[in-house]
Amino acid sequence: MNKIKSFFSTFLLIELLKGLALTGRYLFARKITVQFPDERTPLSPRFRGLHALRRYPGGEERCIACKLCEAVCPALAITIESAQRDDGTRRTTRYDIDLTKCIFCGMCEEACPVDAIVETRIFDYHGEKRGDLVYTKEMLLAVGDKNEAQIAKDKAADAKYR
Amino acid sequence: MNFEMLVFYALATILLFAGFRVVTARHPVQAALFLVLAFFTGAGLWLLLEAEFLAITLVLVYIGAVMVLFLFVVMMLNLNIEKMRAGFWGNLPLAAFVGILMAFEMVLVLTVAGRSVVAAPQVHGPGYSNTKELGRLIYTDYVYAFEIAAVVLLVAIVAAIAITLRRRTGTKHQDPAKQVRVKRDDRVRLVSMPAEKDL
Amino acid sequence: MTDALTYLQGLFGFAWPLVWSMAKIVAIVAPLMLGVAYLTYAERKIIGYMQLRIGPNRVGPKGWLQPIADALKLLMKEIVLPTSANKGLFLLAPVLAIGPALAAWAVVPFTPELVLANIDASLLYIMAITSMGVYGIVLAGWASNSKYAFLGAMRASAQIVSYEIAMGFALVGVLMAAQSLNLVEIVKAQQGGVFSWYWLPLFPLFIVYLIAGVAETNRAPFDVVEGESEIVGFHVDYAGMAFAIFFLAEYANMILVATMTSLMFLGGWNPLFDFAPFTWIPGFVWLLAKVCFILFLFLWFRATFPRYRYDQIMRLGWKVFIPVTLVWILVVGAAMQTSYGHLFH
Repeated sequence: MNKIKSFFSTFLLIELLKGLALTGRYLFARKITVQFPDERTPLSPRFRGLHALRRYPGGEERCIACKLCEAVCPALAITIESAQRDDGTRRTTRYDIDLTKCIFCGMCEEACPVDAIVETRIFDYHGEKRGDLVYTKEMLLAVGDKNEAQIAKDKAADAKYR
Repeated sequence: MNFEMLVFYALATILLFAGFRVVTARHPVQAALFLVLAFFTGAGLWLLLEAEFLAITLVLVYIGAVMVLFLFVVMMLNLNIEKMRAGFWGNLPLAAFVGILMAFEMVLVLTVAGRSVVAAPQVHGPGYSNTKELGRLIYTDYVYAFEIAAVVLLVAIVAAIAITLRRRTGTKHQDPAKQVRVKRDDRVRLVSMPAEKDL
Repeated sequence: MTDALTYLQGLFGFAWPLVWSMAKIVAIVAPLMLGVAYLTYAERKIIGYMQLRIGPNRVGPKGWLQPIADALKLLMKEIVLPTSANKGLFLLAPVLAIGPALAAWAVVPFTPELVLANIDASLLYIMAITSMGVYGIVLAGWASNSKYAFLGAMRASAQIVSYEIAMGFALVGVLMAAQSLNLVEIVKAQQGGVFSWYWLPLFPLFIVYLIAGVAETNRAPFDVVEGESEIVGFHVDYAGMAFAIFFLAEYANMILVATMTSLMFLGGWNPLFDFAPFTWIPGFVWLLAKVCFILFLFLWFRATFPRYRYDQIMRLGWKVFIPVTLVWILVVGAAMQTSYGHLFH
């Protein structure tokens, strides 16, 4: 009996028709494509994208060249050189992040005692030459200056969980 | 010279060239392809003679099936062309004799006997169906010859399969038929396990 | 119209038959190429929709210019000649693939009158011409001088040759029912509504023909030829326009198989029902609708079924389809000798 049943279900293409019915139903289902540059999916305040160096509201850069981020970076993507500034404080003279090495783990952000290095929501950046993706201190500060409002908002949103 | 004559001479030239190249082409694959071209132009010539059924069958059977398999074999074989050419001069006299004899016979058929044997095909009206006529002849006047030919071909097919069919034991071959028949219940056993409550 | 024709005839004189044939060929091939282009667009859209995506929508309004952009891209690309390829045959192969795919259209009737060459054995002609398409594949694989391409060519051509037999037998059933090899006659024999078309009395043959048609054109789920997961295909070494021609040939063959299926099993230009509102629509539109329906099935299959394994393809062709067609031909032949013969006419 089972043999006869399976014979008929094979020759009547039952399973194939079931499959076709499924895809046929999906033809009319709601489409879930996000048309990226026009539409974006919501991002978490903790999103780890392009790095930025922040400043205090007064304009002074936060980074004090403690090199904790350099030490903690598992990918060795951060290079810091420091020197004493005229006013006697220690500041970085060089702060490079090689984004081709970076794995966006967020440890630099965690390690930073002054919230200087942060990761922003920016993920659609690009480089056209080799070396374009090595971000220098000026570039990182510029990213920070441009997105300070968003960064501050994200930090505030995440603060109560820390 | 009208359009038809032009087509005839063009096809005839290509046919002769292709036939010549079949014999002279260096590579067997090229020779096989020229044979395909020869068949194709031959079919074109038959079309000019209003033998459309035969022409199409020539294309279908010889080009579509026989030559494809032939090409397969020629491509897969690692032919040593030098070795094949070695006996060329030794075999030439006999081959030349046979070739000339065949050509002579053909000329004889077409010239001496040709007038009576091969009459020019009649020109038929547009309603004339070559296929229907052929079918009628095959299944009435020549039915025995046709059926015998069919039986001979069937025997040849069975024989060819019987020759190549050998059961090798101990090979790890798959049987798709068996694999296709497999149902979920043959492979998967659902075990009902009570959830472990207190850990 | 006739005035213009006679004027042109005088203009070209001796070469007129040639010019007139050319014009007719262009009138068939140009819409066909356009159809191929938009078939690729429809394919991407429909499969996209079945996968909850929306498909191409960037080039032109709703992506309508996407096929044009693709064609331009392929035209601009370099045709790479592998170093040790057999150059002549390597370039000849795409031509041999597209040639039969286009030549077959010579006898396809679009309406009872609109056919380039209404020859008597047109069904046989289509079979003969399409059987030549396999040369393009075999040669492409062989001339590439690559083991992968050659293996792919072997698979593809073995597949095509095998399924051609089942297809041929399915057609034998049709010509037994219609008692003609002429496509126009075959469609005329199916005069009437949906229940007098051949798909009903020849249902097994219809299914076999449809599936064999999918296999014959190397479409999913029988697309081991371009199986991306195994990268063994006859055209792995082709790039640019040379590849595009294989692509064109595949899609032209798809449209051809769809047209043949609609002509032989779905009543061609006969309307769905043989009464008033349906008979107002011209026959050509009906044929077009049926072709589109079959093509939609092709795309639907591709979106639904996983790829067959090669030995299963061969088993299906030889051990299932050929026996099924043979049995049904026998049934049809036997029924024709009894009083039930009218069911199959």
